[in-house]
Amino acid sequence: MSAARYSYVGLNLREQDAQAEHGAQTLIFGFWIFLMADLVVFALLFATYAAMSVHGVADGPAPAELFSLKMPFIETLVLLLSSFTFGMASLALKYSAKRSSLAAWLLVTGVLGAVFVAMEISDFATYISEDQAPPQRSGFLSAYYLLVGTHGVHVVSGLAWLLVLLVQLAVLGRVREVKLRLLRLALFWHMLDVVWVCIFTFVYLFGASA
Amino acid sequence: MEDGYWLLGRLDWQALPFVRAWRHPSVSEWIGAGAGGLVVIAALAVLVMLTRRKAWRRLWDGWLTSLDHKKIGIMYVVIALVMLTRALIEAVLMRMQQFAAVGDPGFLSPEHFSQLFSTHGTVMIFFMAMPFLTGIINYVMPLQIGARDVSFPLLNSISLMLTAAGAALVMISLVVGQFSTGGWSAYPPYTGIQFSPGVGPDYWIWAVTLSSIASTLSGLNFAVTIYKERAPGMTLFRMPLFCWTTLCTSILMIFAMAPLTVASLMLALDRYAGFHFFTAEAGGNLMNYANLFWLFGHPEVYILILPAFGVYSSVISTYSGKTLYGYKSLVYATLAIAVLSFTVWLHHFFTMGQTANVNAIFGIATMLIGVPTGVKVYDWLLTLLRGRIRFTAPMLFSIMFLVTFVVGGITGVILANPPVDFVVHNSLFLVAHFHNMLIPGLLFGMIAATQHWFPKAFGFRLDETWGKISFWCWAVGFYLAFMPLYALGLMGAMRRTSEWLRPDYSPLMLIALLGALLLFAGFVSLLVQLGVSVRHRDRYRVPVGDPWDGHSLEWATSAPPPEYNFALIPRVEARDAFRQMKRRGIAYARPEAYTDIAMPKNSAVGPIIGLAGAGLGFALTWHIGWLAVLGFSVIVGAVIARSFVRETERLIPAASVREHHERWLDAVAATPRVPRVQELCPSNRGHAEPMA
Ligand code: HEM
Ligand SMILES: [Cu+2]
Repeated sequence: MSAARYSYVGLNLREQDAQAEHGAQTLIFGFWIFLMADLVVFALLFATYAAMSVHGVADGPAPAELFSLKMPFIETLVLLLSSFTFGMASLALKYSAKRSSLAAWLLVTGVLGAVFVAMEISDFATYISEDQAPPQRSGFLSAYYLLVGTHGVHVVSGLAWLLVLLVQLAVLGRVREVKLRLLRLALFWHMLDVVWVCIFTFVYLFGASA
Repeated sequence: MEDGYWLLGRLDWQALPFVRAWRHPSVSEWIGAGAGGLVVIAALAVLVMLTRRKAWRRLWDGWLTSLDHKKIGIMYVVIALVMLTRALIEAVLMRMQQFAAVGDPGFLSPEHFSQLFSTHGTVMIFFMAMPFLTGIINYVMPLQIGARDVSFPLLNSISLMLTAAGAALVMISLVVGQFSTGGWSAYPPYTGIQFSPGVGPDYWIWAVTLSSIASTLSGLNFAVTIYKERAPGMTLFRMPLFCWTTLCTSILMIFAMAPLTVASLMLALDRYAGFHFFTAEAGGNLMNYANLFWLFGHPEVYILILPAFGVYSSVISTYSGKTLYGYKSLVYATLAIAVLSFTVWLHHFFTMGQTANVNAIFGIATMLIGVPTGVKVYDWLLTLLRGRIRFTAPMLFSIMFLVTFVVGGITGVILANPPVDFVVHNSLFLVAHFHNMLIPGLLFGMIAATQHWFPKAFGFRLDETWGKISFWCWAVGFYLAFMPLYALGLMGAMRRTSEWLRPDYSPLMLIALLGALLLFAGFVSLLVQLGVSVRHRDRYRVPVGDPWDGHSLEWATSAPPPEYNFALIPRVEARDAFRQMKRRGIAYARPEAYTDIAMPKNSAVGPIIGLAGAGLGFALTWHIGWLAVLGFSVIVGAVIARSFVRETERLIPAASVREHHERWLDAVAATPRVPRVQELCPSNRGHAEPMA
């Protein structure tokens, strides 16, 4: 078996034996399947939102009355930037022997993620206190908070995962397990980006312009 | 109550059925208290027995923390059997009530009756059927593809324990509080906070959520195992059909459990936080629940039925002494069913107001599923054709399935006509139909599987006489219990009804009750069979491991198999791999060299997460804040702590593999081969004389 077949983006595991390589492959494949199942959840939330944002407005605000594009646009930039910095972290994992550059990129990613979450929470707080638009107000709002909130909870769990991995990098070093986890976290993080782009498009762009 | 709220949430004395029965004595309440008492006594008895036999250590090290797919499979089946006992008792109670309640309130309050059909349905689907098939898959599939274990053994243990946690919640609801009265499908707005303010629907939500997460993870694990762990030469199209049906069931689990999780969590948000997903006001939309639920619910019936199809394929070809007829068509039919199963969910609510055209499309899609299913039935029949059929217990169940399932399928096609469905919707006709599918299409399959693979798992055969007695009870009991319901449904009897006003229902209700009793006798016979077989196990031993002249790889190893399944991973050169090896005389060959084998170490993470999950579910049901936080933190903490553990595997040295394997090969050589006519005699020690 050629070593090249087993070199994953962002990882060097060539020194491993075939048995361990098989394990790595299986792990990554399993994680892709997990992401797929997770995406089904988002698909259902989008479908629910699509129905509720039209038929579930009741006497609450409609999307166009509630959303403006400024904050969501900044949030989008922040999250996309964090995906870029995670990409840099993956490159550091693969090409740089220095532990510090990897950790630095990861830290930047984490900070950007935290900024994103903070902005989102402040959005929610504004909607609830200034626009009288809590989730209890209408079906549309319930669906909105659940969809965007589920994405937010995913980002938070990604942050927790990142934190654990930073500790593991410090404690265990760049061992095989940690590398594989970084690779999976990267996949997870990029998926959240893709989902967010859908949220920005369908919820905010379509919503604000309707 | 206010003072203790932080500690006990909404729990109070009224939650205990004993207190309720004391304060408002009635037969209905006493039955509830009796059931609760029975659960408590049974649990205590198990604890006492374990302690007296000093079996805690063995249970913990040998079973609960084990990551061996075979042991996990067996534990799944144990859960299924315990829950089956409960659900069957409930079924008999319901049949008694419906018989007694012709022109009379009967002995159960309407409220209690509603709890019975809700728990019966919920338990049968989520805590009997799902664990049963997951257990059988767990045991059999890795052996059939020549693997040492599933891809993610720890995840497997976590799935098991989450399932156990859900089942425990349903059992706890017998003793603390009351279960939902909203049926197994829990439609809002009835299950919303306005109409069901009690804890019942919360029990349903959290039990089902635990189970659906567990099933998603199991599906993922099985699918990855089949894609990644097959033995060399085991191409997809050389896999036994059971592995194909497992693969399709797993894919359905990955895609179809999510709608259930999402729907039940939305229902929880409505109930706990005042959201408006499914309420009848403020823009809520209960039809969205129906869509989400059945987007899960219809694929679910194929999740339940496909593994049984795989079992029947194994059983019918083995006991006919033939290879499976039309293997490829069976594979494609299975795949077609899996895909089509996502396109028909709307037939569960034809009557809910969409246009006739929409109904027509879904009606036709539903009928289409009959086509691949028909292909399968013909394939099985043609496998039987000119076979040398042995009518063993698993074979009898399989043949009974063929006949009965076709009857159920025909009533399904009838129901797929929207105009007909408008007439019999929600009647006992429907109840008859889906039991007519699920009992042959799931339960008979699982029973056949246990009869067929039991000797592999435990090293001795099951008693045939009791197997056959049980079979006749199930077969006759099924027809008596459910054929009358078709007629009753056409006469206008609606489902979920606790009292009738029509005296002419009486005779048919009586027949149905007798049938249910016979079915219960069938179940008891299975337990007797188990007891008898354990007692006479020496007479039934099959250490060589191939008592039925089997075709696939699971029969190529000892019974029970070693932890690592195969001393040397077999090389596969054809379909029906083991049959081929026997024919070519290369079965039981002595390997030239042995290697060390790495197996996963035991782990307590599964049981810890299961316990915390049950605690979390209970806490959420009763609004006990601190316990919920604790349960959640333990789950997260366990996962993080585990990720710091690096030594997760244990090496079994080649020398000890050799020793064990050679001892078995010597035993094989010393055991005479038996022809099929002696299959059920004590001389069958599991060394088969291959049929010509
Ligand atoms: C073996 C003997 C069984 C008997 C005697 C039996 C009997 C019953 C009865 C009397 C009902 C209530 C009907 C009504 O609504 O009026 C019921 C409902 C139901 N049964 Fe069974 N059953 C049996 C096995 C099974 C099995 C094996 C399954 C599934 C694997 C199952 C799944 C269900 C479901 C899902 C419901 C609907 C519950 C609801 O209305 O929400 N049953 N059964
Ligand atoms: Cu269906």
